[in-house]
Amino acid sequence: MARAAVLGRLNWLVGTVTAVRDETATARTIVLDVPGWPGHAPGQHVDVRLTAPDGYSAQRSYSIASASAGSRLELTVQRLEDGEVSPYLAQTLEVGYPLELRGPIGGWFVWDPADPAPVLLVAGGSGIVPLMAMIRARAAADSKVPFRLVYSVRSPDTVIYSGELLAREQAGESDGVSVTYVYTRTAPPGSDGPARRIGPAALTADGWLPKQAPAVFGCGPTGYVEAVAGILTRAGHDPGLIKTERFGPTGG
Amino acid sequence: MEYLDGNALGGALGEVFAVDVTAAVGQCASCGTSGAIGQARVYPDAPGLIARCPTCSEVLIRLVRDANRAWLDLRGISCLQLALPADR
Amino acid sequence: MGIVSPGFAGRRRSGSENLPPGQYLVTDFPVLSAGPTPRVDTRKWELRIRTETGQEHSWDWDSFLRLPSEDITVDIHCVTKWSKFGTGWRGVSVDTLLAGVETAAEFALARSYGGYTTNLPLQDLLGGQAWVAYRFDGKDLVPEHGGPARLLVPHLYFWKSAKWVNGIDLMESDQQGFWESLGYHNYGDPWREQRYWGD
Repeated sequence: MARAAVLGRLNWLVGTVTAVRDETATARTIVLDVPGWPGHAPGQHVDVRLTAPDGYSAQRSYSIASASAGSRLELTVQRLEDGEVSPYLAQTLEVGYPLELRGPIGGWFVWDPADPAPVLLVAGGSGIVPLMAMIRARAAADSKVPFRLVYSVRSPDTVIYSGELLAREQAGESDGVSVTYVYTRTAPPGSDGPARRIGPAALTADGWLPKQAPAVFGCGPTGYVEAVAGILTRAGHDPGLIKTERFGPTGG
Repeated sequence: MEYLDGNALGGALGEVFAVDVTAAVGQCASCGTSGAIGQARVYPDAPGLIARCPTCSEVLIRLVRDANRAWLDLRGISCLQLALPADR
Repeated sequence: MGIVSPGFAGRRRSGSENLPPGQYLVTDFPVLSAGPTPRVDTRKWELRIRTETGQEHSWDWDSFLRLPSEDITVDIHCVTKWSKFGTGWRGVSVDTLLAGVETAAEFALARSYGGYTTNLPLQDLLGGQAWVAYRFDGKDLVPEHGGPARLLVPHLYFWKSAKWVNGIDLMESDQQGFWESLGYHNYGDPWREQRYWGD
């Protein structure tokens, strides 16, 4: 696995789009080849910079969705209605286009496959992206560390990676990852209960107990992440084991 | 909510420091609370980057960039503990 | 400058002959902040002018609103490159505030709720160049844009127009404020593009 502790200042690199893949009606995965990429740890992100011909530039951070694999990396971008950068990435960018990025960034919100602690992943909407990198890295490392994912979405059609999550769930007891969906607006037909916001039940029944001392990674909109951290600490989880990454209102 | 977490500083600080700073543990010079820089409250929409203590809200780190200079003020942190690779 | 991203245009902006160098025009009003937005109760609000000899002149909200005020329309320029033409404010001229104040000071430091500071020569606060504004675009100034009241000094970059202003210190020697001590230009004239130290 790539060492997150590679010494060296970050510089802007230029990657090339090698493939694009629609995930939902508004989210798209971009596959990039980035010569000189030093590799990355699951949970890290990149800063992407777009520049217009007159020199105007805009910069946003995006979590890396893929496990480290040489010079290849994947970003999954959710298009925001009045965003400045996300519409370009989710719609305009095509195979062959260049994309300027800086990274890998972040050594705190990172899962280490050498850590034997069970893992609880809590995702709100597009917060699933860095957590998916962790799930994929677990598979790439052939790790048997138990992973549980609680994933809040508005409705079934906004689930990103739904096919892959189903496959990983069905992969069996220790190879698989358990996945619980919390539908906040529209629940699918036949689900046990109406749509509701995330609460203690989902995080304990389908998560881990405090005495199991799980490593917790929560990612999503700021309000969601704060709510989840609050629920877990009130349930007795050690706040020192809870790591969060917020997608802010400045994103887009 | 108006702030992001310390992960949002990683890119800008990564151009100045040769090691990742978001996992470093800092002690707030105002209130003495220690924590990972990744947990700081970052206000990214300003003429510079500002990170504040999640406990007392005082400024921990300030960073301004122009095309070829960086100005960094770390006075808000009384001590910064960084993980470095072991000597070979 | 980075590589050009094919097909990227960015947020709506335009050029204009009346723009200072390096600026672009916007139609929204970006909010830039270095910290949590102070929520100041006007029942506790105070504006205090302190001279170099320690003399103080202060107003509470009611007495501040009783001062003569003006409606003004000005262009504003942020150091992050956006400019906005024709912004409408109501405020009390700093000339009015300093009318009864005896001072030989040459410099000023504006202070805000939340701890922000910015410095400028006293003469840039006088002669109809500066106001303490409390209404924007026909409405009470909202906290996100500096309400209940902010300093407004449109001939300099907008970081000098301290939001949530609560004091002006008059000083014999210059003292750098929050951004001026960290690379931003001590004076900040947009027409001479004085963004950073040494510009």
